Amino acid sequence: MAGTAVRGRLSTWQTATVAAVSSETARTRTLRLEVAERAGPGAFQHRAGQHVDVRLTADDGYQAERAYSIASAPGEPLAITVERVDDGEVSSWLTQEARPGDLMEVRGPIGGYFVWESAFGGPLLLAAGGSGIVPLRAMLRERARAGSDVPVRLLYSSRSWADVIYASELDFPAEGVRVIHTLTRSQPPAWTGYARRVDQPMLAEVAWPAASASAGGGGGPLAYVCGPTSFVETVAAGLVALGYPPGRVRTERFGGTG
Amino acid sequence: MPPVSRGFHRKRAAAPADRIPPGQYLTRDFPVLSAGPTPRTALSRWTFSIEGGHEPKSWTWEEFRALPSEQLTTDIHCVTRWSKLDTTWEGVSLDVLLEGMEHDAPYALAFSDGGYTTNVPVADLLGGQAWVVFGYGGGPLGAEHGGPARLLVPHLYFWKSAKWVRGIRLLDRDQPGFWENYGYNMYGDPWREQRYAGD
Repeated sequence: MAGTAVRGRLSTWQTATVAAVSSETARTRTLRLEVAERAGPGAFQHRAGQHVDVRLTADDGYQAERAYSIASAPGEPLAITVERVDDGEVSSWLTQEARPGDLMEVRGPIGGYFVWESAFGGPLLLAAGGSGIVPLRAMLRERARAGSDVPVRLLYSSRSWADVIYASELDFPAEGVRVIHTLTRSQPPAWTGYARRVDQPMLAEVAWPAASASAGGGGGPLAYVCGPTSFVETVAAGLVALGYPPGRVRTERFGGTG
Repeated sequence: MPPVSRGFHRKRAAAPADRIPPGQYLTRDFPVLSAGPTPRTALSRWTFSIEGGHEPKSWTWEEFRALPSEQLTTDIHCVTRWSKLDTTWEGVSLDVLLEGMEHDAPYALAFSDGGYTTNVPVADLLGGQAWVVFGYGGGPLGAEHGGPARLLVPHLYFWKSAKWVRGIRLLDRDQPGFWENYGYNMYGDPWREQRYAGD
C-alpha cells in the first residue's frame, strides 16, 4: 500500500461559483465550478482520482456537507459529476436546482491513494460501476492531457444504455484505450456486448493478464475499481484471484452519500 | 458568513445534536470504505500481537476468543460524513489485551492484513474506550466490515477503527498510519471535526 504521501495542512472552505451545468443522464449532472482562490498559492490543484468536499448553506443557516469525486483532469476547470440520490438533499440540489451563478463551498482536494498520474505507468485496468466512473474519467482525461500512451481497458457496468455517464466521450476513446460496457438490466436492440453483472469469467476476459506483471518489469497492471460495495468486492476479489497483487488493486467505494 | 446556496433547504429531519457531530448526517446503511481488496486470512493463521512492549504478546484465534469479551452498543462516525447510531458489537477490550503489559509508550500504531495502519494514542485505547471486535449486530463480523476482527475506537472517526486488525505496535513517538499519510488528521475527534491534517 505504498504511494506518494502528501501531508500538511489542508486549505479551508473556499467559495465556488457554478460556472456551467450539463446533464449526463436523467439522474446525473456535471457541474463546472470556479473557485476564487484556485489560481493563487495554495490553489486548488488536484490529482486525477481525488475528491472534493462540498458544503451547502441554506438561508436559515442550515448546512450539509458531502464528498464528490472530481471529474476533470488536473489543469482543467474543476468539475464534479453528481448522481441524484432519492432522498439526498445535497445531490438533489446539485442535480436539479443549481444553475450558473449559484454559490457553494468546496474544500480539498482530498485523498491521495486512489489517484493516477502518468509516472505510475500501467497497463491500466479501470473498472467502474455506475457513477463510479467519475474518478476514472478524470484519470482518462489526465492520460490524454499528459500525452501518456499507457494502454487502458475500462470495464464499465451500467444498468442500461441510458444510464451510461460520459457516453459520447467514451464512444470515441483515445488511441490505446478500450472501453468495454456491460449493461445489467436492459440492453438496446442488437446489443452484442456484455449484459450481466461483472463476474469472474468477464474479468478473466477483460482484465490485463496478471502475468504481464513480472514480464513488464514496471510492476505490471495497475487496477482502479470504483462503484457500489458489491461491485467493488466482486471486482477486487476477482482480480486477486486472477493473480493481481492486492497492492496493485486500488479501490474506492460509494456508500450512502446523499 | 458562508455564502447561501440559492434554493437549498433542509430535507432531512433534524439530527439529534448530542448524537451527531458537526458536518455528519445520519445513515441506516453500513457503507464500506477500503483502499484495496478485502483480505482473507484463515483463522488457523490469524494471530493478534502487541509489539514494542518489554514483553511482546501474541494470541492465536482460539486464545483470543477465550479471553473475556463483552457486548457493547455505540455510535460510529465516518470521516466521509455518515454517522450510524446504536451499533452493536462483541469483542475484547483493549484493557484486557494490554493488562499486565509493562510499557511506557504513549502512542500506538494498529496494523492490519493488507498493510493498513492507523495511529491512536494509548490513552485512547484504555479505560473502556477501545475493543478488538469479532461480532456485529448479533452475528460474526463480515469480511467487508473488517472481519474476522477489527479495532473499534468509536470516539474517534471510524478510519481509526482498523479493519482486519492483526496487532498493535507500541511507540515512543506518534507515527502517521495509512490515511494519516494522505492528509487525514493524526487524532480524528469527530466532535472537534478533526478530519484533515491541521483541523
